[in-house]
Amino acid sequence: MDFILQPWPWFIGGPLIAISLLLYFYFGKNFGASTNFETMCTILGADKFSDYFKKDWKDQAFALMFVVGLIIGGFIAAYYLIPNQTIDLNPQTVQELTDLGFSNVGNQYFPDEIFGQNAYTSMKGFLILIVSGILIGFGTRYAGGCTSGHAITGLSSLQLPSLLAVIGFFIGGIIATWFIIPILF
Amino acid sequence: MKNIKFLILGIFFAIVLSKVQAISWYRFYEMFKFQSFHMFGIIGGAVVISAIFMQLFKYGKIKDIHGNKIVPKPKKKGFISTIFGGTLFGLGWGISGACAAPVFVILGFELIPALILLTGALLGAFFYGLISKKLPN
Repeated sequence: MDFILQPWPWFIGGPLIAISLLLYFYFGKNFGASTNFETMCTILGADKFSDYFKKDWKDQAFALMFVVGLIIGGFIAAYYLIPNQTIDLNPQTVQELTDLGFSNVGNQYFPDEIFGQNAYTSMKGFLILIVSGILIGFGTRYAGGCTSGHAITGLSSLQLPSLLAVIGFFIGGIIATWFIIPILF
Repeated sequence: MKNIKFLILGIFFAIVLSKVQAISWYRFYEMFKFQSFHMFGIIGGAVVISAIFMQLFKYGKIKDIHGNKIVPKPKKKGFISTIFGGTLFGLGWGISGACAAPVFVILGFELIPALILLTGALLGAFFYGLISKKLPN
């Protein structure tokens, strides 16, 4: 039980993610997460606005069940499996973020400056989250996948578009962390 | 209820991502600043081991639950769409520290901010659907 409650080392992560992918394919479906954004749009009535969403969402019921599992799993992890969210960060990372005005860096998974109540109830904080979300939804659909679909499934099956997509992920992520975060904070 | 196995797999995947800290904003910040091996080790490990599974699929050593050969769907091609779409997603990922699956997992940790992210993601997918025919591939 002690091991369950401790943070798991990085080298456990890769194999367990790969096993998840294996089971997903074994169950007869293609591993990925971001198609669900599209399916949810269809369920919410987006098919009335664009033919793009005229799909039978029931074909994606398995993926929606996976999403329900992700949500349940998140609650289980947050409430029962992670008594201490401290992260063993690089001291340089801690220093940089502290200099940018972040408090309690690495004491929890999510910084208060973005996820705290004072952040998301402010106009700036709300916009940071909603615009990030829009970029995630738009970008994953335009690129045809996310970290699961492109970086893991696509790269491991040696697909060239996925390599291009992952290069794009890093271009965007580097611009965001090196240039945008210091402007925002 | 043949889809219940996907629900259980989702719970498992969420717990794995949570426990290895692969949903933490700080871990992705560190990754994009190349200040830690942690996320590279996780993603790299996942890709290498998955690549072995892919070879086993390819040569029919592992078949799916119905006994069929497993063939991953080919990704849509298009230089601009994958690079440019990928960059837009990377921007959102770098700022919020959330990629697609973690958006759902984070609901359990930080409910309201994650709901805002999810609302944004649905709006983003909706905008994409509206203009997809006009975008270059």
